[in-house]
Amino acid sequence: MSLVVDGVRWLGDGAHWSGDRGILARLDEHLRYTGASVGIAAALALPVGIWLGHRGRGGALAVTISGALRAVPTFAVLVLLAIGPLGLGDRTTIVALVIFAVAPLVANSYVGVREVDPGAREAARGMGMSGWQVLTRVELPLALPMIMLGVRLAAVQVVATATIASLIGGGGLGRFVADGLVQNDRPQAFGGAILVAVLALVVDGALLGVTRLFTPAGVTTTRRGRGRRGRARPAGRRGTTGTTGTTGEETLGGTGASSSVARLGGAADLAGKPGTGL
Amino acid sequence: MASAGGNCLTRNEWICGRYLTTRSDELQAAVREHVDLTVTSVAIGVALAVPLVLVARRWRPAVGLIGSITSILYTIPSLAFFALLLPISGLSTTTVRIGLVVYTLVILFRGFLAGLDGVPPDVLESARGMGYGPVRMLLTVELPLALPAIVTALRVATVSTIALVTVGATVGHGGLGNLIYDGLGSTFKAEVFTASVLCLALAVVADLLLVLLERLATPWRWRARARRRPGGRRPGGPARAAKTSVTASVPAAASPGAETAAGARP
Repeated sequence: MSLVVDGVRWLGDGAHWSGDRGILARLDEHLRYTGASVGIAAALALPVGIWLGHRGRGGALAVTISGALRAVPTFAVLVLLAIGPLGLGDRTTIVALVIFAVAPLVANSYVGVREVDPGAREAARGMGMSGWQVLTRVELPLALPMIMLGVRLAAVQVVATATIASLIGGGGLGRFVADGLVQNDRPQAFGGAILVAVLALVVDGALLGVTRLFTPAGVTTTRRGRGRRGRARPAGRRGTTGTTGTTGEETLGGTGASSSVARLGGAADLAGKPGTGL
Repeated sequence: MASAGGNCLTRNEWICGRYLTTRSDELQAAVREHVDLTVTSVAIGVALAVPLVLVARRWRPAVGLIGSITSILYTIPSLAFFALLLPISGLSTTTVRIGLVVYTLVILFRGFLAGLDGVPPDVLESARGMGYGPVRMLLTVELPLALPAIVTALRVATVSTIALVTVGATVGHGGLGNLIYDGLGSTFKAEVFTASVLCLALAVVADLLLVLLERLATPWRWRARARRRPGGRRPGGPARAAKTSVTASVPAAASPGAETAAGARP
């Protein structure tokens, strides 16, 4: 327990917060790494996932991409890039994190669009909407919670993984952990770990807020009280009575993430390819 | 480049056959440690996830509780995790193992739970009506039907663990990660490249093995698929017919939000 106390005491020391090697500067670096890599990964992965989901084919491809990327150790990529073409530096860290973040983004955006109630899709087509209109006016709004769940998963994992930037001499909050480890300064290592975990939770909460803000009013989400098996439709295969239920729009701690695992598991199974999940 | 003379080791090339032959002992030891860490961590993770899932299914509030705790643990970076465990278990494989077990637990707990929750309620009701007790129900009805989702979770956990083991190098026990870490310091390209490729290969092999295991464990799924192809369904007794028709739609069953329209909550 004394370790926790020491870690918190380390955090409480104002001297650790200021300066270009202080917590605030490291926090700024950490957020830059995270923002840049999630941003670039989203720009690359979301169009692919959404397009595959819209076409309703290529699921095997989406699942294979994200499954294969999961097997790639970010640490290995980081070192390969660092002693190879990119050299040591922030660029290397960001590229490694982009590769890491692509998997959940492709998987969730694919599943999200793919599992839009076929009834809604057919109705839109019946109203004379073009493919593009169906995508932008029906599928994307309905898939938004699921796509954002992917963004949140990616962001949280990137926040945690960005710590390994410190292993190639980079900055970010991982610096405290790595330095604490090397200097046998446990309060510093513990304080750094607490900071990263708190940052991950804050980023998750903020993105959840953004999701809520942008989810169209008509898209109801199953809430905790309703029970996890609420009123979602059967894996996008059959039309149902019921609303166009989009799943789990809850904190990572809730059932939302678990249902996404299952859904992706389902999608993985559908394609018979390496599984995706968290 | 060739003008530098010597062999590919002295020229520090990425791909180097000589590295493989001269350091094969080191590589084998690293692979062995990697496999050992992965297998034990996933096995301990399964051993912990199963009772947790069984408890969670009996007492629902535990789902949120265990889910929240494991999610928070998941946000702790592996690097920090190993650092935090140092005072407890030192620079040992135990430190790495504890960290890895926690991460697999998050994946396995959710996957197992989702798999069991995805079993169609009407099948459960039929089994209950036929007089199945809870244990028999779990072993002969729920488990076989949840198996695809369970194996999916196992695959995700195993593949992620194989990737994550490498970070254990920071405390001196990272299997192939040790070589990567060492190569970072000395910019030894062949070492880093070979270890990275082996790491990927391990993940692919492990994944394929688990797929094979699933096929062997759920023969009825593949039989059903083969049977359907020639056309016409031959019912093989009522119980089996029910089973095959359910498992054929397993992607739906694997998802908790995926009830059939007729399905009511149990």
